[in-house]
Amino acid sequence: MNFILHIWRQENPQDAGGFKTYTLDNVAADSSFLEMLDQLNEQLIQAGETAIVFDYDCREGICGACSLVINGYVHGKQQRTTTCQLYMREYADEKELWIEPWRASAFPVVQDLTVDRTAFDRIIQAGGFVEVSTGSAPEANTLLVDKHSADEAFNSATCIGCGACVAVCPNASASLFVAAKVGHLSYLPQGAITAKDRALKMTRAMFKEGFGVCSNHRHCQTQCPKSISVSNIALMNKLLSWS
Amino acid sequence: MLGSRPTFEPTGPLQDRWKKHLFDLSLIAPQNRAKHKIIVVGTGLAGASLSATLGEMGYQVSSFCFQDSPRRAHSIAAQGGINAAKNYRNDGDSVWRLFYDTIKGGDFRARESNVYRLAELSVNIIDQAVAQGVPFAREYSGYLANRSFGGAQVSRTFYARGQTGQQLLLGAYQAMSTQIAKGGVSHHSRSEMLEIIKVDGRARGIVVRDLVSGKISAHTADCVVLCTGGYGNAFYLSTNAKGCNASATWRAHKHGAYFANPSFTQIHPTCIPQSGEAQSKLTLMSESLRNDGRIWAPKNIKDCERDPSTIKEGERDYFLERLYPAFANLVPRDIASRAVKNICDEGRGVGAKIHGQCRGVYLDFADAIKRLGERAIREKYGNLFEMYQRITGDNPYRMPMKIYPAVHYTMGGLWVDYNLMTTIDGLFAGGEANFSDHGANRLGASALMQGLADGYFILPQTVANYLAKEEFDNIDKHSAVSEGLSRAKQRLNALQNAPKPKHSPDYFHQKLGFILWESCGMSREKAKLRQAVKEIKDLKNEFWHSVKVTGIDKEMNQTLERAGRVADFIELGHLMCVDALDREESCGCHARVEHLSKAGEAQRNDEDYAYVSSWESQDGGFILHKEFLSFEFIQPTIRNYR
Repeated sequence: MNFILHIWRQENPQDAGGFKTYTLDNVAADSSFLEMLDQLNEQLIQAGETAIVFDYDCREGICGACSLVINGYVHGKQQRTTTCQLYMREYADEKELWIEPWRASAFPVVQDLTVDRTAFDRIIQAGGFVEVSTGSAPEANTLLVDKHSADEAFNSATCIGCGACVAVCPNASASLFVAAKVGHLSYLPQGAITAKDRALKMTRAMFKEGFGVCSNHRHCQTQCPKSISVSNIALMNKLLSWS
Repeated sequence: MLGSRPTFEPTGPLQDRWKKHLFDLSLIAPQNRAKHKIIVVGTGLAGASLSATLGEMGYQVSSFCFQDSPRRAHSIAAQGGINAAKNYRNDGDSVWRLFYDTIKGGDFRARESNVYRLAELSVNIIDQAVAQGVPFAREYSGYLANRSFGGAQVSRTFYARGQTGQQLLLGAYQAMSTQIAKGGVSHHSRSEMLEIIKVDGRARGIVVRDLVSGKISAHTADCVVLCTGGYGNAFYLSTNAKGCNASATWRAHKHGAYFANPSFTQIHPTCIPQSGEAQSKLTLMSESLRNDGRIWAPKNIKDCERDPSTIKEGERDYFLERLYPAFANLVPRDIASRAVKNICDEGRGVGAKIHGQCRGVYLDFADAIKRLGERAIREKYGNLFEMYQRITGDNPYRMPMKIYPAVHYTMGGLWVDYNLMTTIDGLFAGGEANFSDHGANRLGASALMQGLADGYFILPQTVANYLAKEEFDNIDKHSAVSEGLSRAKQRLNALQNAPKPKHSPDYFHQKLGFILWESCGMSREKAKLRQAVKEIKDLKNEFWHSVKVTGIDKEMNQTLERAGRVADFIELGHLMCVDALDREESCGCHARVEHLSKAGEAQRNDEDYAYVSSWESQDGGFILHKEFLSFEFIQPTIRNYR
């Protein structure tokens, strides 16, 4: 497979940045999308050019490091998939690819395709936890959790913090990310005591970081690689209205 | 004892050793803790749980990770579960049995005292995680669910679907986040440790590169803890995350921390085979697939390229069932992996040709689907089948899966005593970064347990003991700090200015990986290892002569990051082969061809090799120090799976 690639290059947060066009030939259909970029980078290094910076780590869809908007879609065209789990055979019918970083003012571009997502860490620090010091926990089975709640909590807890929900939202809201954590901990008795306080603190932190408010487009749910449901946002709003 | 260095293992009844040791450790009063600064490198299960706990206790903690967030450390990818001797199933489990299984699983190459402590602490980990809101699987009654994992005869594994590592790590990350908000922990993401700072023989700080700005800075403290993971990526292709590297531990090793059992690397049988030579990593599929899938290869080489569905029953070789009738497809990881390799070496492998050989065998669910129905299989393995299909484009409900072993975990690591302190005073190592608990082979669902035992319960106590016993001056102006900074800068400079720049860091990494996989992988033999040592030495010279790093060092430069890591992997790869050469026996995952029985079973040699190989680097060579292991409570026995 041969491709013409239009890739966003930006030296630093202040730089205006822009697309640069590359051609890449002999891409294997079984290459992952990031391996295709590795191949391009090897070609650039051979030519003495600076390699393109992009975030990646586990390459199995769980660490949440990879991102990329590909031809207008966050994490590419396949649903419920992170970019690292996307394979080039999915692009067999295409010749040109436009590859960009996440776009949101709360996620400033660091360099090329890499953005700064530390705002997410600060939102968690604002209240995304159950405070329990090491050693003070009671015997695990003294705390029963009905299976339905445990399953719901787990579904919300599978958020990988990649930021696709923000990147796809017309309002750059982080509501799905925040609500996933609020949902995870509020479904469980361990986190229920501080549920209202948590929702309030995390939402405030979200606005402080410059993310927008949820505008009910629900693109986030459609594009979330882990299928986190917007019902978490409803739960979060309920908690907020009570607090 | 390691030479003249004590291991500080307590004596007396095994059950009382940790309790006794805890009482004997020195304490630091709450009001004095804020005077002490501790550096923790790495934010996986061990690092994040340690930073959180030390922060709560009142110390000043500085934590570092190379990822863009502490939540992305590779512990997140662990699928299966975490063992704990809760005996919730009333199936005869106990702390003693978990201890016994772990020692035996490690093929009698781990310390009894350490392993017993691990088994003992396992129960507290589950309590802690549940209190944090880790959403473990539950029964309809609301109680925690368990399963048997990796061939264990008891159900002691706690799990959160196939994402146990993710959920435990998020628990530790959130606990650490609480402390960051309160100011007890100051955290630095996208920061890579380049050097260790040693003053008067004690570890007192690290040199760090800010991976965004390229700025090099020194951080000083009273002690340093490395929770920086394993070195599986020395093989280039592994199931580890791409960023996983051995640089922190290797830099520490170069400054005097002995490296123990480097050749003990675990290879996992059920991974998705490589599809091409440009592949960047391998993906593990849960071992649970072997419960219902049957592993086979064509009997005849000429059938290897045929569509498997047209290969008749009589033309198939279900080799694990044939070789190991008692355990069949459920034999331990190392035995399954080696059998698959042998089949492929015979030329009976299937799938893509890599370096001239087809590297794959079939894992077939046709019989299970016939017996249980597609729906039942979908319920059990749906997510794994989906993952397989996404990666390979093949539908495993219709076509047998292809699998091949891949490097998964490294049991070796920095040598540590019972306090988890390395041979450098004030330098501790936790989690996969140390060699401590798994001997020559790790059991399934034990890595998460060890990381969290080290981070939540062991290191906070032993680090305090060290701080209480020592005195610390301010060393910010000490020459060791500026020397560390200039060493780091010189090295970066050398990486960027090779005399004849020609090949990217990945080129060298792939070459190293191929050498290690062929000679220090699933089976090892003297001649090949010797050849590998020679090849790696040549590769090292070629690397420093012709590595090509483009871009500048004052910005994000992933090529430069990789170059530094590959340089360390090359040296570590050399030591892995040296260690494998020294160990003239087969044990656990370490199979020396010269020491296998006729039937292919590992032949351990307790008389001569019941020791921890602990290596010191000196003048480009390696010196072996032996820590002899004694087994007071369990008589070493021979594993037999036939």
